[in-house]
Amino acid sequence: MKVTEKDVAYVADLANLELTPDESRHMVDDLNSILGHMDQLNRLDTSGVEPLAELVSSFAPAGSEDFSYAQRADEVRPGLTRENALANAPDTDGTCFRVPKVIER
Amino acid sequence: MNTKTLTIGEVHSSLREGRTTATALAESYLSAIAAHDAEIGSYLTVTRERALAKAAQIDHLVEKGDPLPPLAGVPVGIKDVLMTAGVRTTAGSKFLDKFVAPYDATSVARLESAGAVCLGKLNCDEFAMGSSNENSAFYPVHNPHDTTRVPGGSSGGSAASVAAGFAVATLGSDTGGSIRQPAAFCGVVGVLPTYGRVSRYGLIAFASSLDHVGPLANTVEDAATVLGVISGRDPLDSTSAAAPVPDFAAECGRDVKGLRVGLPKEYFSAGLDTEIRNSIERQVDGLRAAGCEIVEITLPHTEYAIPVYYIVATAEASANLARFDGVRYTSRSTQVKTLADMYRKSRDEGFGAEVKRRILLGTYVLSAGYYDAYYRKAQQVRALLLKDFQQAFTQVDAIVTPVTPTAAFKLGEKTGDPMEMYLSDIYTVTANLVGVPGISVPCGTNQQGLPMGIQVLGRHFDESTVLSLASAIERQQK
Repeated sequence: MKVTEKDVAYVADLANLELTPDESRHMVDDLNSILGHMDQLNRLDTSGVEPLAELVSSFAPAGSEDFSYAQRADEVRPGLTRENALANAPDTDGTCFRVPKVIER
Repeated sequence: MNTKTLTIGEVHSSLREGRTTATALAESYLSAIAAHDAEIGSYLTVTRERALAKAAQIDHLVEKGDPLPPLAGVPVGIKDVLMTAGVRTTAGSKFLDKFVAPYDATSVARLESAGAVCLGKLNCDEFAMGSSNENSAFYPVHNPHDTTRVPGGSSGGSAASVAAGFAVATLGSDTGGSIRQPAAFCGVVGVLPTYGRVSRYGLIAFASSLDHVGPLANTVEDAATVLGVISGRDPLDSTSAAAPVPDFAAECGRDVKGLRVGLPKEYFSAGLDTEIRNSIERQVDGLRAAGCEIVEITLPHTEYAIPVYYIVATAEASANLARFDGVRYTSRSTQVKTLADMYRKSRDEGFGAEVKRRILLGTYVLSAGYYDAYYRKAQQVRALLLKDFQQAFTQVDAIVTPVTPTAAFKLGEKTGDPMEMYLSDIYTVTANLVGVPGISVPCGTNQQGLPMGIQVLGRHFDESTVLSLASAIERQQK
């Protein structure tokens, strides 16, 4: 299964990335080389194997003492102040983040 | 004072006995950085005022005769993927060139509460994506043992600064080898803690199921001391474990007699440099002489680790890096009219080539039609890798392997071929995929004078065995 420039354009769109034609050509070659290597996984029969999405439950099973840390009491705790949260924003009105117009007409 | 070899124990006794002050110590490291870091490039930001203020506090404690915390006056550096309140934190990316962190990462806060003097922020590959530090958006780091060579990555600045005498210990992050590989290339010690051992709060996320924070230092004992300080449950990271934290530094002295040490045959196949292979064999002979039982084992799915890793890591990265959108984090393209423009152009201008490549790859393997073939398949093979390790640890107490297939390569040598760069992580990615702790310990230099490293892996939450074996290997070098 070969990745084409069209595939790269589609994925770049999903990822909100803009690529120059030159970057796009390079990405086609790179993705084909990397995915070609990944295709060796198809040599393995994994039918019936449960996918592993996270590690914690594999060594701290649900219900065990160590797993209880995944939950905490639902109570108000101090967080970032509004001033701190806005401090790094490129554009604000002092209380909110400001962005360009969302709906075009 | 030799900043290249000073240990935490020596800092402690020099302060106690009045042979130096924390301020004088900080000044010597800051001078070393000012005079020589231009050749290495390990620091991105030097926090002189923060360092001297902390040093003054420590000197005050010494004067009063108060008990000193475990890292009192110890000059440290922090990889620039960890948040430091009020200090520029860039993740090695142009995107965050002007980002000032609003809070401290838990690991940083714990270091400073333990008395450490933070000298500054260390260079790294952009968003910790790379194996050579050449993906830093600012400047590459050079290996102090040979400045034409890379220090490894992505924690290249964290390893090079320890090797060059610009910090006694540093913090790095390791998602697929990013602490252990640069430690091996620079001839220092680097620890990958068990997943969940050290809080990830305040670590700029790359791949959350694989990311770890850990220490680098000149000696196993120093790395163990720092590990002890940063370990333990943190309510701010829901994956941080409540497991008790042993006195890691004390564990370094533990007798290794009777330990069963596994050598996985898959890690010693073709492609491993002969000098590294020979050196590891000598270390293993030493462990046998010290009373360890050496067992040949098999980790049968090892050859699949690289494809699994680069699917899982890029998939998670593509989600984590979605937050860099031009709204909250300093950079926004000036060429924008609409919201969609703003996302695309800000990301295009802010991210480097490797970051874009990984976001695209991660988006591809998660996209409709490919999810099952790549992402789900990788998660299934990840489960098989975990099973390999669980099986192995019924036979042995620890596993010994190489860290890298070769010693440090030249700058520019692998930048043209991403797949070749990825393959240099072959011995390190599996530990991240299965969450076990590991360490890279120096095991001599090759004929060109370049450092070589050996890796010890252990059971989940059994850093103690890993550290005791690492310490035994370290003693064999003398």
